[in-house]
Amino acid sequence: MWEQLLFPVLSLGGLGFLFGAGLSLASKKFAVEKDPREDEVREALPGANCGACGYPGCDGLASAIVSGSAPVDACPVGGGPVASNIAAIMGVEVKAGERMVARVLCQGDCDQAIDKFRYHGINDCVAASLLADGQKGCSYGCLGLGTCVRVCPFDAIHINEKGIAEVDREKCTACNKCVVACPKNVIELIPASSEVQVACRSQDKGKVVKANCKVGCIGCQICVKACPFGAMTFENNLAKIDYEKCTNCMVCAEKCPTKAIYADFSKRKTAFIDEEKCIGCTLCSKKCNFEAIEGARKEKHRVIAEKCTGCSQCAEKCPTNAITMR
Amino acid sequence: MEYVSKIFLILLSSILVNNFIMSRFLGICPFLGVSKRVSTAVGMGAAVTFVIAMASLITYLAHYFILVPLKIEYMQTLAFILIIAALVQFVEMVIQKTSPSLYQALGVYLPLITTNCAVLGVAILNIEEKYDLLQTLVNGIGGALGFTLAIVLFAGIRERLESADIPEPFKGFPIAMITAGLMSVAFLGFQGLIK
Repeated sequence: MWEQLLFPVLSLGGLGFLFGAGLSLASKKFAVEKDPREDEVREALPGANCGACGYPGCDGLASAIVSGSAPVDACPVGGGPVASNIAAIMGVEVKAGERMVARVLCQGDCDQAIDKFRYHGINDCVAASLLADGQKGCSYGCLGLGTCVRVCPFDAIHINEKGIAEVDREKCTACNKCVVACPKNVIELIPASSEVQVACRSQDKGKVVKANCKVGCIGCQICVKACPFGAMTFENNLAKIDYEKCTNCMVCAEKCPTKAIYADFSKRKTAFIDEEKCIGCTLCSKKCNFEAIEGARKEKHRVIAEKCTGCSQCAEKCPTNAITMR
Repeated sequence: MEYVSKIFLILLSSILVNNFIMSRFLGICPFLGVSKRVSTAVGMGAAVTFVIAMASLITYLAHYFILVPLKIEYMQTLAFILIIAALVQFVEMVIQKTSPSLYQALGVYLPLITTNCAVLGVAILNIEEKYDLLQTLVNGIGGALGFTLAIVLFAGIRERLESADIPEPFKGFPIAMITAGLMSVAFLGFQGLIK
């Protein structure tokens, strides 16, 4: 009776022990020296193995960072804090990289854009887009069937009540998954600080755009002329913002006749001059593109609130840091 | 003389007629996974060959000198898996030390040799066919050579397919599956070789 139990346990246990001992000897003999920083970097990474960095999991990125083939801020999910931790391990400085968030560049919801047919197929944008480019009249618009919602690991993107995807900017980690998943390429990663976007992807001619959607970019190029900072360019019948140059002055959004350029005017700032610090050097009023600062030389300057667009050029120029943006 | 011809038959049968991938459909996972480049396929084949040859030998010894005397043949699968796992671990260490680039290329498929059913399949078939030690070794090495042959041929085809003009829906794995199926049909031609 006992033999039936004892023999298998002892023999297999013995075999296991034998192999274990052999392997531990072999692991000493064939030990590969690994950079200890690799483990530290691996610890600093989020460990979600989401693959957003383009490497096979966090281990892959860790070894790539240590070997120098990936930058220390390569993890888009971890963002600034993780990047600075890794930079500390690697002993390099990290530039505070601008946080990015995904934005849906389409406002053509059920009120604004027409459908060319009613879609009854599989509830998926990819499936819908295979059928005559989707149900939207505009072949560039958000189909609103939620393919992006399903790929988002962070619950940061949703279809709003009007049938357009919308990104929760707080939750978004710029992992790029929705950008890749969207068959219409309507989602883009944009600096989180940017309050202005060309919320249209249509490369159609103005007439076609107008027939399909009330809030599409019709290619009038008024924004290109209106932008005081040369941040607006125009190609393929579509306005495009250079986020390096954009100052969030929102003039383009004001001028846009179809409101295809989206700006949250409630986030618009105004300059305030601290009279104690102002030395009346007139640098700010010379810099201002909107003539929103008045005041003669050697006198305290004043901001005309109605004219100020919050571009913060004056604040950057002021030698005594007397200007704050609120 | 009869013995020698039997050995030869076992070798031929395990390489061509009862090819592990093409006829028995064992070890499909690395066959599809690491067959993008001929060089990595050769590396994989070599690793599998080593593991199968060693596993054949050790499982044979373990079966006839441990399991049979103790009358615990029913522990066969467990014992064999233990042996294969230990061997694979060992091979992994050696490859990581000697050829980091091969280690990188094989990636996750290297530890997965552990659960490669071709390895376990050879070990169990050896026992079931009641081969002696030499026949076991020949069958093991032949089977592994057959595996290497299939995976290298397949990798060669896939390398050439990469530059071929394949319709969009068939790109990547679909065309690989079709290729594997056609190769299997071709290997079926060896079926009448040995009576």
